[in-house]
Amino acid sequence: MRRYFIGLVVLAMLTPLGSLAEGTAWGEWGADELTTAFGYIPQGIEQASSWWTAAFPDYSMSFLGDGVMAGKIGYFLSAVLGSGLIYAVTSLYGKFLRKTDSKFFLGQKG
Amino acid sequence: MHIPDGYLSPSTCLTLGTVMLPVWYRASVVVKKHLDLAQIPFMAMGAVFAFLIMMFNIPIPDGTTAHAVGGVLIAIALGPWAAVIAVSVALFIQALVFGDGGILAFGANAFNMAFVLPFTGYYTYQLLVGKSVAGSARSLMAAAVGGYVGINLAALVAAIEFGIQPLLFVAADGTPLYSPYGLSVAIPAMMMAHLFVAGFVEGAVTALVLKFAWRTSPELVRPINGIAVGGK
Repeated sequence: MRRYFIGLVVLAMLTPLGSLAEGTAWGEWGADELTTAFGYIPQGIEQASSWWTAAFPDYSMSFLGDGVMAGKIGYFLSAVLGSGLIYAVTSLYGKFLRKTDSKFFLGQKG
Repeated sequence: MHIPDGYLSPSTCLTLGTVMLPVWYRASVVVKKHLDLAQIPFMAMGAVFAFLIMMFNIPIPDGTTAHAVGGVLIAIALGPWAAVIAVSVALFIQALVFGDGGILAFGANAFNMAFVLPFTGYYTYQLLVGKSVAGSARSLMAAAVGGYVGINLAALVAAIEFGIQPLLFVAADGTPLYSPYGLSVAIPAMMMAHLFVAGFVEGAVTALVLKFAWRTSPELVRPINGIAVGGK
């Protein structure tokens, strides 16, 4: 178990390398990129662009500032924060499933 | 492969989200029944691994990027239903906290990466592994091919979801309402990124980590048969 944990820590430390690639994944363009490519933004995309604002959009932490280094640190801190949240949610849900004799899961006792 | 909000129509999102409800329910039932309490931390670490590996954006020659998912690895190690839950949690936090993938599109993204990907990868692996021993060259090759096939089928399904939008949903002035590219653009673009780049990364990641896991903790990974698929 410890070895896997160390492996994940190493992976998290390497994540800034994962942000080096220029460009956006296909189909994940922001409104500005679409305007450049098409000259217009499809209505549905425009309407959806503002209704949800994530705390750390694109794994960036705006309080660190704008620099390249700030971007790398923000990306790494996002990796750490996301990992913690995902570990907690998955293990809590797993334990909830294993431990509760929930009537919701019909006939699946123990 | 994380579809943002606005690229798929609300009806597409609703349809795929509705499809995912029984999948999540079934995954919960199977995990409850078949996963040991000692395996829960491994499912959680699998989810973290998927999250982290998705942060490694790989440049694609056309100027876009792609990434591995890690879902086939979890499917072979802990069973495809455990992979459904692990990858879904990663996608949920990505959408909610980091804006990677839409909130409305969560069901669609989960369908592609947390359902199509682990299951097709897992069954490809099962088909190829035969009766070979876990950790053998054949089992590792089967795992690598499983990873390659799983991520490519997920990419194909995502491309179809993108590509049908301009066919189905057009504004009064004739411009597309949602994702503007049709199937003839979406499928080649998504498949080029995954057939030639991300598929190999997914395959390599799947085989390499399984090689390590089969050697160091064979009691925690299910080497050949997986946790009972379909709860059998």
